[in-house]
Amino acid sequence: MTVPVEPAVEGSQRAGAESITYAVALDQVVRHYGERVALRHVTLRLEQGRTLAVFGPNGAGKTTLLRMLATLLVPHEGELRVLGHVLPRDAHRVRPRVGLLAHEPLLYRDLSGRENLRFYARLYDVEEPEARIAHLLESTGMTTRSDEPVRNLSRGMAQRIGICRAVLHRPELLLLDEPRAHLDPEAAAMAELLIGARAGVTRVLVTHEIEHGLAEADQVLGLREGSVLIDAPAARLDPRDVRALYGAAA
Amino acid sequence: MRAVVAIARKDLLVELRTKESVPAMALFAVTTFVIFHFGLDRDRLEGELAAGVLWVTLLFAAILGINRLFVAEREQGGFDGILMAPIERTSLLIAKSGALIVYLVALELIALPVFALFFIDEGFWAAVPRLALVTLLADVGLAVVGAMLASIAIHTRARDLLLPILLLPLTVPVVIAAAAATKPLLSIPLDTSGVGKWLAVLALYDLVFGLLAYAVFDFLMED
Repeated sequence: MTVPVEPAVEGSQRAGAESITYAVALDQVVRHYGERVALRHVTLRLEQGRTLAVFGPNGAGKTTLLRMLATLLVPHEGELRVLGHVLPRDAHRVRPRVGLLAHEPLLYRDLSGRENLRFYARLYDVEEPEARIAHLLESTGMTTRSDEPVRNLSRGMAQRIGICRAVLHRPELLLLDEPRAHLDPEAAAMAELLIGARAGVTRVLVTHEIEHGLAEADQVLGLREGSVLIDAPAARLDPRDVRALYGAAA
Repeated sequence: MRAVVAIARKDLLVELRTKESVPAMALFAVTTFVIFHFGLDRDRLEGELAAGVLWVTLLFAAILGINRLFVAEREQGGFDGILMAPIERTSLLIAKSGALIVYLVALELIALPVFALFFIDEGFWAAVPRLALVTLLADVGLAVVGAMLASIAIHTRARDLLLPILLLPLTVPVVIAAAAATKPLLSIPLDTSGVGKWLAVLALYDLVFGLLAYAVFDFLMED
């Protein structure tokens, strides 16, 4: 069983009045699905420009947390602020500033990669969409395959287009759920410029790659059965602390 | 408006590529006419029986399209992408209703001539302009209510069962008004008296359910 580590943010800084300075601020957030509690009184602070790695076994509440930050789920208790705005009340202010790369790439299989990106560019009212799309496709090495229906692409290629979609509108907060899944090393290196530390935006990274996650992150959140077991600066953590979250399976 | 156009355009493009909804709706309608043709053992229909056969068939064919209205979003993950976008949620309702109206018009362009071929002896083409107005008003009502209910049903496991159960009671007024407006148009001789009253009923239904759907759609899309 994991021993709780000291929080990344001191207790005195946890007052709600200060949360406006954080990209992400949760205070005692609870979320449940029927009888099952997915998140139990989660409190968290993430400063702007920093990366939070979220670890935990399946069913720990990682995806629920990500979907709440993405304005797709509402908290049932507690207060949730993203980019200084209270959710769900100010979701309309948050949505243009957040990008989500989920398990699924959120693409229409019967449209080409380029058509998908054009569709999302219209929804987000992206300036000079064709130039932006061309740049992103070039950055992910997908220019030559961008006019094929997504259903014809490999999972890794669809993931690359999904990365383009997630960053198309230049979000300030990136929510990444296993972003390197299905990517070969070359594609992962290309994606690094868009969604890696060099992207220069606040990131919440859900991953099971412990060493990589720790290397990428400034701060770590460890969840198990919806409860926070680790909330600490990444530099103070050993991979063994994180592995302990996964119990006997680690 | 930008989002409405983008979503409707995407839906029509996907339908043009996959041909999943309109051909199935048209095939269903034609098959049903064949069944009525042999089931009733009649070569010619007129008046209220003709109107009833036509509107029951169109309604059930429409359900096929309504059932698939949000399937691409559900199966291909686009729902989250749209819900996360900085757009009014009602854009989705308007776009889906618009796409469904296009599907229904395409269905009727195929189904009405086939219906005339199977059942109408004379005078059908003279009734077409007024019949087009009836079908358009009925299409708007079906599309708005269909899009609203499909957005609810898509979140459930039994959506194929739930949608007709929710939809059919709410569309009874459309079928009554559309059939009543169509009855004199398919009578011999053509009789247009009383059509205006039922057109007004259809327009009122469209207005009431359009406003209702607009008012509640944001709530329906919430977590």
